[in-house]
Amino acid sequence: MKTDKKVARALDRPSGINSLSEKAAYTGLLLPFMVLFTIFTIIPVFSSIVLSFFDYDQVSTPIWVGLENYLRMVIGDRLFPIVFKNTLVMAVILGPLSYILAFVLAWCISEFRPVVRTFLAFLFYAPGLVGNAYFVWSIIFSGDAKGYANSILLSLGLINDPIVWFKNLDYNMGIIIIIQLWMSLGVSFLSNIAGIQNVPHDMYEAGAIDGIRNRWQELWYITLPSMKSILLFGAVMQIQSSFSIGAVITALVGYPTLNNSLDTIVTYLQDVGTQRYEFGYAAAISVVLFLMMLLFRVLVGNLLNLLGK
Amino acid sequence: MGKTVKLRRVHKTAQYRRYTRSKAGNFFFFFFLTLFGLFSVVPLFYSVITSLKPLDELLITPPRMWVSRPTLANYTVLPSLMASLSVPLSRYIFNSVFVAAVTTFFHIIVSAMAAFVFSKSSLKCRGWLFALVQLALLYNAYTLAIPRYLIFSFTNIIDTYLVYILPSIPSAMGCFLIKQYMDGSVPNAILEAARIDGAGTTRIFWQLVMPLIKPAWLTLFLFEFQAMWTVIPGGTIFSEELKTLPQVMSSITAGGIARSGAAMAATVIMMIPPIIVFWITQSNVMETMSSSGIKE
Repeated sequence: MKTDKKVARALDRPSGINSLSEKAAYTGLLLPFMVLFTIFTIIPVFSSIVLSFFDYDQVSTPIWVGLENYLRMVIGDRLFPIVFKNTLVMAVILGPLSYILAFVLAWCISEFRPVVRTFLAFLFYAPGLVGNAYFVWSIIFSGDAKGYANSILLSLGLINDPIVWFKNLDYNMGIIIIIQLWMSLGVSFLSNIAGIQNVPHDMYEAGAIDGIRNRWQELWYITLPSMKSILLFGAVMQIQSSFSIGAVITALVGYPTLNNSLDTIVTYLQDVGTQRYEFGYAAAISVVLFLMMLLFRVLVGNLLNLLGK
Repeated sequence: MGKTVKLRRVHKTAQYRRYTRSKAGNFFFFFFLTLFGLFSVVPLFYSVITSLKPLDELLITPPRMWVSRPTLANYTVLPSLMASLSVPLSRYIFNSVFVAAVTTFFHIIVSAMAAFVFSKSSLKCRGWLFALVQLALLYNAYTLAIPRYLIFSFTNIIDTYLVYILPSIPSAMGCFLIKQYMDGSVPNAILEAARIDGAGTTRIFWQLVMPLIKPAWLTLFLFEFQAMWTVIPGGTIFSEELKTLPQVMSSITAGGIARSGAAMAATVIMMIPPIIVFWITQSNVMETMSSSGIKE
């Protein structure tokens, strides 16, 4: 039979007849991305890593200093351990919370009609559409008696003096975490929506026949395993954003913050680069930040493999 | 767990089995959604309200979340604020639309082509190349600014449209998103079937794979459009006639408290295109139904 031969040949790939032209086609598809990606991302990353072994102020020629920049982080810098700890605390608390939130909300709205679903997604994604939406929080948590939070607490008699929220060591970390959590419905939220959308409905039907009894079982045995690859994407994006917190803190609280209580690796990094022109040291710090993220990336990859088991 | 499974039709497009919730569960479900929805929409609401405030209401501290005497003055003053620009406003609008449209288009095509190779090809190098893409995603962008600037000046693209477009085309995030989506939604079996029917790799990609991963590239469309719509290049664009809208908007915002109403009006106008793109792309994503039979 002719078709059988064709099937057999197709199954033999990539050693089949067409494999050379197939390879050429694949290479052609990959090439534009790889060329531009190499020029604008890989070469800069590589040169940044190389720069971390140099002393460089953007004016004089770089001087090779070996591991000195890295040693300085551990023993010669009073601030680095503080910002390292702050970053880790924020990322470990915030990362899982906003990751779960981005999934739970995407999952919750998936049972509505498409129009309602789009509307709800719009509401949740709205802070991301406004640009610097976090400015609202500077009105709410304004440090004087007129700020919304203070005036409510004062009128309820819960406090006697207004709280300077962003300069209060008991509250400021918590407030920043709340604000970041509120802002976290971005990339992974929408990618989760696309992922949930893609779970075929006959799988739910088959699941119901196979004895799935409630929505929790359905979630655990069907929805989550079917969208594992999108969940990994969301997790990596979450790791990246949780370890890169900084812009919002600088905008709302400034730099440096009281007792460096809110300074993160990223805000510190920008200070080292922009204010002190120590680009070699800044590069070394970003390499360490990268290694931290990589560690969590490996951990999360292993965790996601447990889904549906 | 011994509850009986009730079947009910949720709506026309999804007729699969759904499980009912207890009354308390229902209450918390809607309570949670409403609360979060209201909470999220505050800044959007506040921006629109503020843009409608007359000057005396703008000066009230703390700023109010409502407006008692709404006015369009902040909007009508915008043309006169922009009359002094050395380049007509239409040029900035053209630049913004052009840069956002071209970049988003190539961004999606180039990322999807690469993602297809990473996800489905027989190339031996795809594994470590894709690992490289993922690793680059985790590297902080701040320290890349200097080497990137050197590359821009070396390739001679500073102060041209290319400095907006070229670096934004290859995105690790876009490629990663589409690759992950393909892994989950394009079964190898249908690719094989298409090959047996005589379709070549390029044709399979355009006619079979791209339609199947539509939700992924629509989502990416939104992200990239938003990013390019708000982009303010740092020290790479000097000619006035190459600048985009956000750059000229910041000159309005710089006018102090008297102009804060006009600045908010400008912000609201700038929000409209991303909102339109959101509705078009997301309502298409929501309409997509994964039909049976193409899954393994």
